[in-house]
Amino acid sequence: MTFLTETLAWLLDPAHWVGAGGIPTRLAQHLLFTLVTLVVAAVIAVPIGFLIGHTGRGRGLAVAISGAFRAIPTLGLLTLVALWVGIGLNAPYVALTVLAIPPILAGAYTGFEAIDRKIIDAARAVGMSEMQIVLKVELPLGLPLLIGGLRSATLQVVATATLAAYIADFGLGRYLFEGLRIRDYGEMLGGSILVILLAIVLEGLFALAQKLVVPRGVTAGRPTDIPGGSSRSRPVMELTIEEGNSHVRNE
Amino acid sequence: MTWIWSNLDLIWDRTFDHLILSVPSIILSFVIALPFGWLAYRYRSSRAVILTTVGLLYAIPSLPLFIVLPFIVGTSIRSPLNLIIALTLYGVALMVRVVADGLGSVDRDVRQSATAVGFSGWSSFWRVELPLAGPVLLAGLRVVAVSTVSLATVGAVIGAQSLGSLFTDGFQRGIEAEIIVGIVATVLLALALDAALVLLGRLLMPWTRRSAIGVTARPAPVIREVAA
Repeated sequence: MTFLTETLAWLLDPAHWVGAGGIPTRLAQHLLFTLVTLVVAAVIAVPIGFLIGHTGRGRGLAVAISGAFRAIPTLGLLTLVALWVGIGLNAPYVALTVLAIPPILAGAYTGFEAIDRKIIDAARAVGMSEMQIVLKVELPLGLPLLIGGLRSATLQVVATATLAAYIADFGLGRYLFEGLRIRDYGEMLGGSILVILLAIVLEGLFALAQKLVVPRGVTAGRPTDIPGGSSRSRPVMELTIEEGNSHVRNE
Repeated sequence: MTWIWSNLDLIWDRTFDHLILSVPSIILSFVIALPFGWLAYRYRSSRAVILTTVGLLYAIPSLPLFIVLPFIVGTSIRSPLNLIIALTLYGVALMVRVVADGLGSVDRDVRQSATAVGFSGWSSFWRVELPLAGPVLLAGLRVVAVSTVSLATVGAVIGAQSLGSLFTDGFQRGIEAEIIVGIVATVLLALALDAALVLLGRLLMPWTRRSAIGVTARPAPVIREVAA
């Protein structure tokens, strides 16, 4: 049980909460890195995903590419890019942006695909332009799945950013590698617990966001006096496992 | 290329280490996920608890899990057993939901027919529901296989040998070819295990081959939607 007290002692030591190597600084680095990577990946993946989802074209290619990416080990990609561009933050930024794209892309186009075709036809019939259909119909209805894609991308980036401390001096992962090197159980366990907590908090926030963005008309349930009711009486929240939606971790 | 020819033994050894890590994890995930998936499918109360637990388990990043696990279960941090337990946990986390979904996808009429012709709950599970859920389970298991093979490489940074050791070694010594070989070998191994699972699926579920030429086992689910 000594390792438990060592961990607590390490976590509660005021010296670990200040300065350049302190927990707040490392946590901020980790979060900033995750945010930048996700934003860049989303800026690339979301428009392409919407285009695929709206037109239905290029889906096969997207499935094949994201399926292939799932098999690529992140540590291999990280170390390879690090050899090419040198040690530092550039390699993790490049490698992780590349890895974050497939889940976001999958979230974007499956969100559109999960929408009942009758709804799109109805939108077109009442005179909406293609742009209006995308922004006012497909986007709100597909949002839970898009956020689901962002959620798995975030998990992947937070986890792999920990791993990236192997090639760059940044983030919470430093504590894990340093603790392993000098056999300081308190430091490696304390660091691990911080990363796990961060991942679970982000997971919880995304789960909440996914529930909150479901349009009110979808959750209200179907009216009992109208036969048939809404053809989308239930929000689509989960990506079922199928080829290429890359909703799995492989950091 | 010269690096490959002079290091074939090393590549083969690491591939073998990798198989020792991933194959038991994949099999154990499936076996352990079956009862939990069934519980999640069968009872509303256990469903919420089980699915939330596996969701949180799946959210835990792998490297911290590899480090924390030895202190919980008492394995040595560099031992293959430590990695196998961690990889199994991820596999279970993924598979439980798949098993629950797969069993849920079996048509209610089919289940009632099984009861009507005299299957007990136990034999109906093994001889009706499980085989019919088979294609869904196979799809899930293929995802588990590919992600397990990929995840196993992470163990290299804590000193557990696998194809991932080619990444850490190649990085430290600046050998680009070694890293590329590691990536290619990992992907090939994942594809090989995936193909093996597909083959196993064909052997165990010969009826799924027929659906390829247009014979579907179930009527279109449209009717059910209106009724519900």
